[in-house]
Amino acid sequence: MATIRTEPVTINLGPQHPSTHGVFRLRVTFDGEKIVDLEPVFGYLHRGTEKLAESRNYVQIVTLTDRMDYVASMSNNLAYVRTVEKLSDIKVPERAQYIRVISVELQRIASHLMATGFLLNDLGALATPLVYCFRERERILDLFEMLCGARITLSYMRPGGVFQDAPEEFWGSLNTLISDFPSYLDELESLITTNEIVLARTIGVGLLSDAQAIDSGVTGPMLRASSVKWDLRKANPYEIYDRVNFDVPIGSSGDTYDRYYVRLQEMRESIKIISQCIEQIEPGPVRTETPFFIRPPIGEAYSSVEGPKGELGFYMVSDGGISPYRFKVRAPSFINLTPLRDMITGWKMGDLIIILGSIDIVLGEVDR
Amino acid sequence: MTKIISGDEISKSIESTLANAVVASDETAMWVSPKNIHEVCNTLKNPDGLDYSFLTAISAVDYIEYFEIVYHLTSLRNNCSCIIKVKTSGRENPEVQSVSDIWQAADLQEREIWDLMGIKFGGHPNLKRILLWEGFDGHPLRKDFIG
Repeated sequence: MATIRTEPVTINLGPQHPSTHGVFRLRVTFDGEKIVDLEPVFGYLHRGTEKLAESRNYVQIVTLTDRMDYVASMSNNLAYVRTVEKLSDIKVPERAQYIRVISVELQRIASHLMATGFLLNDLGALATPLVYCFRERERILDLFEMLCGARITLSYMRPGGVFQDAPEEFWGSLNTLISDFPSYLDELESLITTNEIVLARTIGVGLLSDAQAIDSGVTGPMLRASSVKWDLRKANPYEIYDRVNFDVPIGSSGDTYDRYYVRLQEMRESIKIISQCIEQIEPGPVRTETPFFIRPPIGEAYSSVEGPKGELGFYMVSDGGISPYRFKVRAPSFINLTPLRDMITGWKMGDLIIILGSIDIVLGEVDR
Repeated sequence: MTKIISGDEISKSIESTLANAVVASDETAMWVSPKNIHEVCNTLKNPDGLDYSFLTAISAVDYIEYFEIVYHLTSLRNNCSCIIKVKTSGRENPEVQSVSDIWQAADLQEREIWDLMGIKFGGHPNLKRILLWEGFDGHPLRKDFIG
């Protein structure tokens, strides 16, 4: 019997596709059902943030950083203002540091909730688990609204501190949230962690070895899922992270399930950090006086924080003027896509969607 | 805390194997000549030596007379970091050796620098534009780019 003539088929996934979490295109080559090659196509959301920053002053740039990783603006704000503070040697009051840590940990929870919800969405559990995640995320956004009046593009931080102190009602709502949250996470876990379909679809899928994870510059939950214990909050403590106790959860094999589970445990650790911060915080000023136009001395600085997606760093060169001479972002979502091809080749279409979902990319940050 | 290794210290520790590669060094960074960057990075990554297994970031800065490529390296095992820099000459066709075969992390970042800053990375397997489209005229992060 003569064999049927076959040939590889190349199809486009995206740029408009719900599972790409934005405008992202993958050119995938299939041999039957198996993926044999894949090429990511970037740039649909490129707004030239790095170039725009060269013509804005140091306080205005805070608003640009909001629009990079738009599900974790707080972390972007922190990474940016810390670099400006390093560049121009500005000291930050202790209370401001505590408020910053509380808000970035809340942001980490909000971002991980979205990552988890959309991973489940990609798995085919349409909308229901996502709504569970969004219900709690909504409460965090309400807290942000109390802090600064905005919910997504926050611009809460300023070089030298935060824009205003947290209002009285913030602390009450925060306390209720952190006392409710562990039981909420238990509820979420009871739906997902031991769910047979989730286990069958995610365990052993999209493996990333520890050696390759390090080699390809992957950071954040994705690196830790590959059993590399590297967290900048521990390795290079900034703000007041050296005064709080928390664990760094790691995965064992680096598969899709580990990446989900590391995020889930990190949310529990964030709650621990926030409750310790509430105990330790003292009244005081929240912002150091800085000139209206900050003019850092000629020089350069690189500073990074552990964002929800990974190491978010800024490299800035100052020529002594009111705008940076060069403004460069080390975007974790972008660099985490480096091993994408190796992770996905050999799997099938359905696996592609969840592997991409487990990386947790935000296109605003990938394309900048 | 991540220990920041000064450029002088780094240059001392690689001078024995690569005598002529280092152009200059100071408190902050070590400057390497463009044709030696590949072997310097290979030496730095060596797990039995300095073990800079993690390439944090590659950045490029346009200083008008020359371009500077900045490599931020981190050693996860020793928890220390260092900065290596390369100066290119001329604005027409600046070229540096690619380090993407040493660290896979350099792959997308070098493509981004080629796209936005117009610096060629010799030996990169797939040096195409990444954020802008093929056929775009110019490299927007250069200081003489008029948008």
